[in-house]
Amino acid sequence: MIVQALAFYLFSFILVAAAVMVISARNPVHSVLFLILAFFNAAGLFVLCGAEFLAMVLVVVYVGAVAVLFLFVVMMLDINLLQLREGFIRYLPVGAVVALILLAELLVMLGGWVMVPEMAPSAIAATPAPETLTNTHALGQLLYTHYIYLFQVAGLILLVAMIGAIVLTHRRREGVRRQKVSDQIRRRAEETVELRKVPTGKGI
Amino acid sequence: MPIASLPNPIPVLPELFLAGVAMALLLLGVFQKAGGKGDDVRSSRLISVLGVITLILTLLLVMTVARGGAVSTFGGMFVTDAFAVYLKVFVLIASALSLVIAEDYLEHQNSARFEYAVLILLATLGMMLMVSANNLISLYVGLELQSLALYVVAAFQRHDLRSTEAGLKYFVLGALASGMLLYGASLVYGFAGTTDFTALATLFAKGQAGAPALGLVIGIVFILVGLAFKVSAVPFHMWTPDVYEGAPTPVTAFFSVAPKLAAVGLLVRVMIGPFGELADQWQQIVVFISIASMALGGFVAINQRNIKRMMAYSSIGHVGYALIGLAVGNQVGVRGILIYMAIYIFMNLGVFTCILCMRRGGAMVEDIDDLAGLSKTHPMLALALAIFMFSMAGIPPLAGFFSKLYIFLAAIEAGLYALAVIGVLTSVVAAYYYLRIIKVMYFDDVTDALDKPVRREIGLVIFGTSAVILLFFLLPGPLLDGAGAAAAALFTG
Repeated sequence: MIVQALAFYLFSFILVAAAVMVISARNPVHSVLFLILAFFNAAGLFVLCGAEFLAMVLVVVYVGAVAVLFLFVVMMLDINLLQLREGFIRYLPVGAVVALILLAELLVMLGGWVMVPEMAPSAIAATPAPETLTNTHALGQLLYTHYIYLFQVAGLILLVAMIGAIVLTHRRREGVRRQKVSDQIRRRAEETVELRKVPTGKGI
Repeated sequence: MPIASLPNPIPVLPELFLAGVAMALLLLGVFQKAGGKGDDVRSSRLISVLGVITLILTLLLVMTVARGGAVSTFGGMFVTDAFAVYLKVFVLIASALSLVIAEDYLEHQNSARFEYAVLILLATLGMMLMVSANNLISLYVGLELQSLALYVVAAFQRHDLRSTEAGLKYFVLGALASGMLLYGASLVYGFAGTTDFTALATLFAKGQAGAPALGLVIGIVFILVGLAFKVSAVPFHMWTPDVYEGAPTPVTAFFSVAPKLAAVGLLVRVMIGPFGELADQWQQIVVFISIASMALGGFVAINQRNIKRMMAYSSIGHVGYALIGLAVGNQVGVRGILIYMAIYIFMNLGVFTCILCMRRGGAMVEDIDDLAGLSKTHPMLALALAIFMFSMAGIPPLAGFFSKLYIFLAAIEAGLYALAVIGVLTSVVAAYYYLRIIKVMYFDDVTDALDKPVRREIGLVIFGTSAVILLFFLLPGPLLDGAGAAAAALFTG
């Protein structure tokens, strides 16, 4: 028990600290690196909750893809953070007011939140008990049985997105030397190497 | 843990076939391409021909599977009934014809690539999934599959500024519409507790005692708005003229028929099926959308000089007429919509195929004035275009007259006299600009003749569609019976 509590405080402390560093670091590349740290610690928190699938997905998708994409964008765009921060103090009051209103709305909504009674049974029945199955198992059982149709169509949508990205951006450039493995293998010494008899003391 | 039994694959057989072949054609295209000079054109031609054959085979499969009432599968996500089959048949015909007419244009514009046919096949698959959707989620995934493919083909000529602009506009506004649709769907789910159409219909039929929850009504309105975007009904039509004008002409031809047919079908199924019992909640909205679309389609088109833009406004007007049937909300009205849309796709495809022939000195021209004196230089083309325009204006005995007739009759039977009168009046306004094209073709002097040779397959499509429009009144039986059976399937549940 105590180990779990310690782990929780460790993960959450690093998570919050990393999140603060994301918005306060001077170097945008450092910000992205802190973001990756934050993702890892959030994944740790998910593991503590027993949501191991979500933790893995967070690492694979967010760290493996999204954060790397951010890193590319940050490096390519060469953002000047000082310029971005110029009006910080000036906009602070307005931002704070908006944040307070949002917080108040959130509290009001959570305070008055009731579930439609007819919905309750279906909401409870949707997930199998976590003691008997792992997350991945449970998700898989739903995804590949009840929702197989939607799963497959979603796959087709991604295929269309991929074709679209290639159609709209890919171009064949002239003068690019590509490695052609078949040509390399097909090469024979007789075709490329020429043996010449060099007379002694004369040069070619 | 109960493992669900294997879903019945028979109702989705046409879709499975189409999906499989589309992916196979993609692979074929990728491996065939070598990077030489004429390779793009050759592989594009091959994949396009195979794509048309695939669509025809899918059509045959749809008709074979159709025997025997409504069957749903995948836990009620997907349903095959007479309504879905009717729409699928015409969606497939429209897609196949627009694929046939596209090849020549794309080769001519140096943008022939095999991905075009693959994307059209996948968009068609999305439309088939849409009209068979029996659940809010399957509705959404079908719609998204279709839309995503359409965004890409709108921007297919990526070196052309207008084409990329059209694609981007369509994408941004389409994403907005999808967002609204999803928001509405989430509200409906939150208040009803289910996304299944059958369950929603029984739920509303049971709970007739009190007024439905306000959140539910808001949800339905948002779904209606999202779908009105997709069928380009006023006031959600803003994207249509720009996209129709900017997109490559065969793509515009495709946009104006198949996706529109599928989206109208989807709108009818959603409104009549699950939300049919709440008709008094959405009826006024549909009446308003319908009147606004007819009026805008009639008046704004008068001022257009670009024929593709004019056809965009004309299509907005046509959606307005079709929606009269939905406003009526009974079996006769739905039958009217189905007849209207089926005839509409033939008229529209015919007109766009004629537009594809408008070429001068090898370059496409799109102004109405470029048609001047067409009757002297291209008598057959002018005759065909005149038939389509007369039909769109609703002159008997052409097919367009009958499609309007059934819609207006349904409105009068249901006592919506105002809607019918406004419909007739706006169609008189619309007749002005349709007849103006005929006047330009027949009575204006030739300024600069259009190019002569017309490719054989394009001529065949023009001949076929104009024959359908011209001779519909001789043999209207099959279409009317099919539409009647399809409408009945929606109402018996």
